[in-house]
Parts: sequence; structure tokens; C-alpha cells
Amino acid sequence: MKNNKNDKQDLGKVILNEITGEDPKSPKKKKSFWKKIEIPFLAIITGLLIGGILIGATSQSVYAGFAVSIWSGFAALGKEIGTAYFSLFTGSLGNPVTIIQALQSGNATDIRFALNPLLESLVKSTPYIFAGLACALAFRAGLFNIGVEGQLFIGAAAATYVGYAIKGLPSYIHMPLAILAGAAAGALWAIVPGLLKAWTGGHEVINCIMMNYIAYRLTTYLLTGPMTRPGGGGMPLSPMIEKSAYIPQFFQSPIRFHLGFFIALAFAVLVWWILFKTTWGLNLRTVGTNPRAAKYAGLNITKTIIVGMAMSGALAGLAGANEILAVNHSMAIGLSSGYGFDSIALALLGNSHPFGVVLAALLFGVLKNGATRMMVVSSIPIDIVTIIQALILIFIAAPAIIRAIFHLRSSKEDTAIVTLSSWGGGK
Amino acid sequence: MSKKLIVVLSVLMIAAFVLSACAKATPAAPAAPKFKACEVTDTGGVDDKSFNATAWKGVTDAMSQLGIDGKYLESKEVADFEPNINAFVQEKCDIIITVGFLLGDATKAAAEANPGVKFSIVDYGYDPVIPNVLGQAFQTDEAAFLAGYLAAGVSKTGKVGTFGGMQIPTVTIFMDGFYKGVQYYNTQKGAKVEVLGWTPADGTGLFTNDFSDQQKGNDMATSLMDEGADIIMPVAGPVGLGAAAAVKARGNAYIIGVDSDWYLTAPDYKDITLTSVMKLMDVTTLNAIKAAMDGTFKGGTTMGTLANGGVALAPYHDLSSMVSADLSKEIDTIKAGIIDGSIKLAQ
Repeated sequence: MKNNKNDKQDLGKVILNEITGEDPKSPKKKKSFWKKIEIPFLAIITGLLIGGILIGATSQSVYAGFAVSIWSGFAALGKEIGTAYFSLFTGSLGNPVTIIQALQSGNATDIRFALNPLLESLVKSTPYIFAGLACALAFRAGLFNIGVEGQLFIGAAAATYVGYAIKGLPSYIHMPLAILAGAAAGALWAIVPGLLKAWTGGHEVINCIMMNYIAYRLTTYLLTGPMTRPGGGGMPLSPMIEKSAYIPQFFQSPIRFHLGFFIALAFAVLVWWILFKTTWGLNLRTVGTNPRAAKYAGLNITKTIIVGMAMSGALAGLAGANEILAVNHSMAIGLSSGYGFDSIALALLGNSHPFGVVLAALLFGVLKNGATRMMVVSSIPIDIVTIIQALILIFIAAPAIIRAIFHLRSSKEDTAIVTLSSWGGGK
Repeated sequence: MSKKLIVVLSVLMIAAFVLSACAKATPAAPAAPKFKACEVTDTGGVDDKSFNATAWKGVTDAMSQLGIDGKYLESKEVADFEPNINAFVQEKCDIIITVGFLLGDATKAAAEANPGVKFSIVDYGYDPVIPNVLGQAFQTDEAAFLAGYLAAGVSKTGKVGTFGGMQIPTVTIFMDGFYKGVQYYNTQKGAKVEVLGWTPADGTGLFTNDFSDQQKGNDMATSLMDEGADIIMPVAGPVGLGAAAAVKARGNAYIIGVDSDWYLTAPDYKDITLTSVMKLMDVTTLNAIKAAMDGTFKGGTTMGTLANGGVALAPYHDLSSMVSADLSKEIDTIKAGIIDGSIKLAQ
């Protein structure tokens, strides 16, 4: 019996190796670290450079400079881009001068405030990590979960409800309960397209998009109806959640750095462990890479798809729950600026690897947080950061551009973007 | 070869940061600090052609009239409110203007944490009063009442229409006033002008549930015109512009603008803009800034009414020939009646 199972597992492995060309038994030729990060790194640099040109092109002082002479034009351009990016990075990582001064003064409050930009970037990264993991896990199962946004809304609504409706629980029960509610609701929402895919072959992309619409309208209904704040005048706004449901913040306001960031990291490790260290993860990846071969190997594809979607949805629900319990403390429309859709890009950027997703999420968090400071200092609209993000993603999705720009030799194994078998209609 | 290029680029970028850092490190001797008014938008963004934009106009008016500094920060989602407000607190803004009920909680928290900073919030009020927050609320139904009466008087089909962006009080107050204005016309004249798109009695009506997709405004206006409405008041921010486009394409119908005077703010549609129900958040914002400057600032709520000019009906501009002298006079009388209390809207 036990032997039998091992055989099956081995068969799965053999097939996986056939498909991916990987042989886990033979020592893998390790790609150098630089080779691995080459494309993303260059994409970021190129995105920032083009973004700089855009900043210059939308700035009055640059045109005024060029009107005087070409040199003063370039001087103005340099100053604009310099100020913009300097504020972008001091706003997201902290100002080195302030940090050093604070460290020298030894005043704990000063140090915290000097480090706040960095901490705030981590706060902004947290929902990206959860949502990115959701998408990456689905990608690994060959599923395109474009419904992360809807699952996030439903997860947030469930966490909010548990957060305010249940009173008198101690924090160590209430907070995990609210988090769990968010994850469960997200999972339930994702199971619907999962079931439709597994049973009827209905394409999860279409069904996820539809589930998004239902989620938006449902939350609007809930927020203006059953979940509306008493005395809120019918505004789409929930009551404040109980203090006992808060995911604790480590420092006093205005520093928002909270436990959720570490929960997100823990989940990244968990997803990595499940995907790469368990049989079930292997099955999931096999189904994702080649469902026909997986079926031949005797894997239960239906179950894998449903459980894969559910786990992905649970992670998306966690993203929503995190925002409510750690940051907003009540739910309103305008909860998300599109984490669910950015998560697709994040998963791509991180090569659908949990740790890659964490790095990509940190990048997005840094850019998003720095944008605020950039806007305060140099009045550059926050949208420019969205454009920079988009450029970076385009360069990563189309590495040929980067190779052409930087004259890199192309190698076939580098085109390691996860295959989306679902696009081929492979069930 | 390629690595060299990369190294050069990296060095250039680092150099740019370091140089700009040095430039920053030696600031010129600070001039006397100017008064600073700073606006935090809600998720609509500063160019929403609706309340964020109108409040920002109040700030820019203050910049040109009073010579102050103005800044704004756009919020993309609820989680941005708190850090955006705090960024302005750290910038030592003299007054921070927050826009919309979504910012209600964040503004309250920031105001209580920073009692020395003055705040003013558009479309919101606090009970009990927070001493350093001035809420700006609007009796929009007073102006919309006039618009309803006007629409009923001008309509040839005997049907007028309205729709909203979302069923929330700041939107439905326009539609309520409009509806009541039409009913008032009917009782005064024994007419039977119908209102499509909003029934206050059971709270049902047309809503796009969207403040950004203009196509939805286009669809709403088209179906209202199909039903026979020839005057349409869209209460949906920029979505209303889609309705204006539909009306302009079809012809034989007119639009009543909201928030600002659309004749001026949406000049593409000035030939079909009968009037606008103006909610003058720019005026109340400017007043809040003035009060903060001259030291008369007090916490509480200002209520914009017809009486104090916080809400108003815009001029008829090019379409004044459509409004008969009698009708125009009646509207002036009703306006006076609302102001002196002889006509009551709340029933």
C-alpha cells in the first residue's frame, strides 16, 4: 500500500521532470544570483529612467530651462528628476541624514520617526504580499485567478463583520477569529469559479471577473444596508471594529507598522513550503504545468483545482482582512486601489515564487509610499508612479526589450514565465 | 560589455541621488513662511470635476486672492487617508482640508491627535463638535428645489428625469429637492409633470453605482430620454458628463448640471445646459481658509444654504430665452420664500 503510493509519487515526479526539464536528483546547475535578478533589476532601472524623462517632460521649469539654453534645460531636467527621485526614496526608505541624526541623539521617538518612511513602506507592501501570493499560488496550479480583488472585498467584509459584531472577546481570540473569517470568506468566494472550472470546464477568468462584480455590488449593499454604521446617515461605511479585533500596531500613531507584515511573511514561507516541500504542492504544480500528464499520472485534477482556488482565495481574503484589522479599522467603499489586479503583475514580477512575490511587493510598497512624499515636495502627481510600475512590468513581461537595450545574450531557460495552461483551454 | 553599461548607469543614478541630496542639504535661508492650505482628496482625485475639484478651486482661489501656498495629496484608497493627512501635519500646513465623508474617521483621529492644527472637512460634520475641525455641510435640496420647479416649467413632454451616482445622502439630497420642486410646481399650477428616476417615498430610483464610467451616464440619459424625459439632472460627478453627451447627441432635451456651473466647467455642453444646482464648496473652503488666517476660525459645522450663498441656482446663460419671464419671476419668489422660511422643504 505504502509502496504503491510512493510509486505514484515517483511517476508524478518523473512526468514533472519530463515537462519542465528539471531533474531534482542530478545536481542542478545553479544559475548565478546575478543571472536570476538581471532582468527584473534592469527593468526597474529602465523604468525609473523613462519615468524620469516623463517627470521632466511634464515639468514647466524644464521647458523654461530649454527656452534659455540647452544646458540650463538639462540642468533643470536634472534638478527636477533629482528632486523627484530623492523625495521618492527619502519618502519610502527614510532620509539618511535624519536617520543618522536620530541614531546619534539616541532618542527612541526620533529614531522611530526617522525610520517611519521605511516602516510605512512595509505597511503598504503587506496587502500586496497577500494578494501577490494568492495570484502566484493560482498561477502555479495553472489557474488565472483574476478574482483576487473580489475575494479581497468579501474577505474584508467578513473580517469587518466579525470585528464589530462580536463583542467582549479577548484579543487573542477575537483577532485570529476575524482574520480567519476573512480567509474563509475569500476562499468561499474563490471556490465558486473553482467548482465551475472543475465540474463544467467554465473558464475561471470569466467567472472570476463576474464574481468580482458581484462582490463589489454585494459589499456596497452590505455597507449601505445591513452593515451600515448606526448614525452614519446611510453613507457606505461600516461601524468601527472592536479594539480586540485590531491587528496590533507596534508603535504609537502616526506610525502604523503592524503585526500583519510578519503574518504576511509567515504566509509567504507557508506557501513556499506547501508548493515546494509537500507532495500536494508537487501535485498542484504538476497539474499547473501539464494537466493532461497529471491526469495520466493519476492525480485528482478536480480536487487540485478546487483546493488551489480555495487557497488562493483565502490569501486574497487575508489581504482584505489585513487592511481592515490593521490599518482602516472600518470598511468603506474605496477600500482597495486595485490590489487584486496589481497582484497579477506582482506574481509575474516575482516569477510566481513566494519569495519573489515578497520582493516584488516590497518594491510596489516602496514606490507607492514614496509617491506621497514626491507629491508633497515636488507636486508630481501620484500617477507617475503608476506609470513607472507599468513600465517595469512591461519590461519584465517582455524581456526581449531589456536584452536588446542592454545587449544581453538571450538564453532559452530565462523565459521562465509561468505557463498558463488555462489559456490553451487545457482542462 | 553589458555589465559595464549597467555599472555606468547605476553609478549615474546614484550620483543623481547624491547630488540632489547635497543640493537639498544646503537650503537657502528660509523666507518668512507663507500660510499653507493643504487638501487631501478622497479616492476621486483632484480632477474629478466634482467635489474634490471644487474644494481645490477654493484653495487655488485663496492662493491667488490671499497669496498663500496651496498643496494637495490624492488618495487612491481608504488606507491612504491617514498617512496623507499626517504628511501635511508634518509639512506644518496651517489648515488641512479633507474632502468627503470617507475621510470622516481619519480627519477626526488626526484632529484629536493634533489639536494645534486646523482642519476643515467638506460634506461632513461632527456631533459633538471637535474644536479644531470645521465641517462643511450643504442644504443642497434648497437649490435643487428651484431646479425642479424650473425643469417642470420648461419641460414640453411633461416628464423630467434624474439619476444618481450612488444611493447616499449627499447624492439623494439633490434628487429629493428636485422631486419636491416638481411636486410644488404641480400643486401650484395643477400640472402633472412626472419625475423619472427617483421616488423619495420608497427610496427607489436610478443609480449608476459608479462615479467614473461616463458610458453609464450615457446609458442612463438615453433610457430616460426614451421614456420621454426632456430635462435631465445627473447627480453622479463626472458620470454626468456622459449623460450630457447623450443629450447633446439626441437633441430636444436639456441638462441640469450639479456641484458647479457646468456652463463654465463643462463648456462643451453649454448649449444644452439649462442651469446648474451649485454646491459652492469652493466658497466655503475659501471662507474656512480666511477664517484660519484672520484668527476667527472656530470648530463646528457651517451649513451652506440659499440664504448664505453656499448653494445656488446657476444663471440660465444662453438658454435664458427658454425660461419665460413669469417662470423666472416665480423662481425668484420661491427662492425668497425658502430663504424667509415661508416655503418649507422638510415634510
